[in-house]
Amino acid sequence: MKYMLLIYTDPSAFDPAQGEKIYGEYMAFTQQIVESGELVAGDPLQGIETATSVRVRDGKRTTTDGPFAETKEVLGGYYIVDVKDLDRAVELAAQIPDSRTGSVEVRPVQDMG
Amino acid sequence: MTYEHLFRHESGQVLASLIRTLGDFDAAEDALQEAVVAALERWPLDGVPDRPGAWLLTTARRKAIDRIRREAKRDDKQAAAQELLVGDEDTDMTTITDDRLRLIFTCCHPALAVEAQVALTLRTLGGLTTDEIAHAFLVPEATMAQRLVRAKRKIKVAGIPYRIPDDHELPERLEAALGVVYLIFNEGYAATTGNELVRHELCDEAIRLARLLAELMPDESAVLGLLALLLLHDARRVTRADESGALVLLGDQDRTRWDHGQIAEGVELVERSLRRGLGPYQLQAAIAAVHAESPTADATDWQQIAALYGELARLDDSPVVALNRAVAVAMADGPEGGLTLVDVLEPALRGMHLFHSTRGHLLHRLGRDAEATDAYERAVALATNDAEREFLERRLATVRGSTG
Repeated sequence: MKYMLLIYTDPSAFDPAQGEKIYGEYMAFTQQIVESGELVAGDPLQGIETATSVRVRDGKRTTTDGPFAETKEVLGGYYIVDVKDLDRAVELAAQIPDSRTGSVEVRPVQDMG
Repeated sequence: MTYEHLFRHESGQVLASLIRTLGDFDAAEDALQEAVVAALERWPLDGVPDRPGAWLLTTARRKAIDRIRREAKRDDKQAAAQELLVGDEDTDMTTITDDRLRLIFTCCHPALAVEAQVALTLRTLGGLTTDEIAHAFLVPEATMAQRLVRAKRKIKVAGIPYRIPDDHELPERLEAALGVVYLIFNEGYAATTGNELVRHELCDEAIRLARLLAELMPDESAVLGLLALLLLHDARRVTRADESGALVLLGDQDRTRWDHGQIAEGVELVERSLRRGLGPYQLQAAIAAVHAESPTADATDWQQIAALYGELARLDDSPVVALNRAVAVAMADGPEGGLTLVDVLEPALRGMHLFHSTRGHLLHRLGRDAEATDAYERAVALATNDAEREFLERRLATVRGSTG
């Protein structure tokens, strides 16, 4: 089954001194799921200050700066993994470095096949 | 045994096997339902089979195979039906045991909301109807039905596996399963509202589930501890209220009416569990055992209870445990030391009637009746059910009486 692991982080809690260590952990985690064949896709995202939200209402498009909702935790990146079941997906989610300070939402990907 | 009892008794095990072979909760429930209908036709004519569970399982599998064949539009469905036929032979004891464990751990999977875990456990393992569960938890039947539908859908769509957790996952997963059973028991035992009869049924069901877990995992200390705890509490059930439904405190209960057979079983289980490990359930059961074995309230070994609560407080830093420990210390060493321990819990527990009634009790024992009155008044205002409120009002009247 395919799952998306959505990584939510609190940018205000980011500690630059830890930056390199966490980057290394992400590289190691990614390498591990490449080798196990479980990685489908995954990317970090640029910060929310670069986000643009788009709404179309009654055919009229509005574009605004920033995300839809003001929240402390923001989507910081994602992985898509192909694994046996939810237990394995949760196990992987718990290895993502930001799960220790933020949270990782595990969502099954809808099979459109 | 009536057919209804038989079905309920056997349904958990039959469903557990069906879910594994069919890979789907709904399909398993449908097949079981069809088998029950068949049983209601056949059994009155042929008599009840020697092994009704095996009969139901075989019949349900045949019904499921028929259905798959009827609906088969692709070859793989035929193959699935073929596989089920082969699987028919496969009902040795290990498989049956494992199926029931799979069902427990799937129903109590932490990816499901706790109320969904409880509902699903009572529905599938306990064989309770949706209506019965709705009654027990005081929600409309439609709400409970929807809760069950959502839970089953999540299991399917989110890919919650039907399997026994690996050893390294077991502590966390077992804790969740035991938590569900304990919650079911408490819902029945520490009734805040609701119908007596339904609540007794919840206690009985929780004990049945704990027995099942103990049978399936006889070496797990916490499982034995939980079963002991439930048995020891339940042994005092009939004496917890008088004829008018008013609450009777442990010290005032008629100990001759306690279920001493059940207490003996509980005490033996406590000893077995403590030899295997020390956890919150084992310690709570040990405390309950000290109470249960004491011939009179005055003879209670409060030193030992205070020591056990001390151990428990090291594992569980909840203020409620600390409050209970304070009460035990007050009984063992006098109200002054107890009151000091209670007072530090004020910030955490000020919204709880038990905190104020405990303070009231200790203040009264210290002769500080004006303060005791104040504490009992707060407790009455915070009480959550009628039996508790009436009890606290009587205490309040006694304390007021002694102030003159």
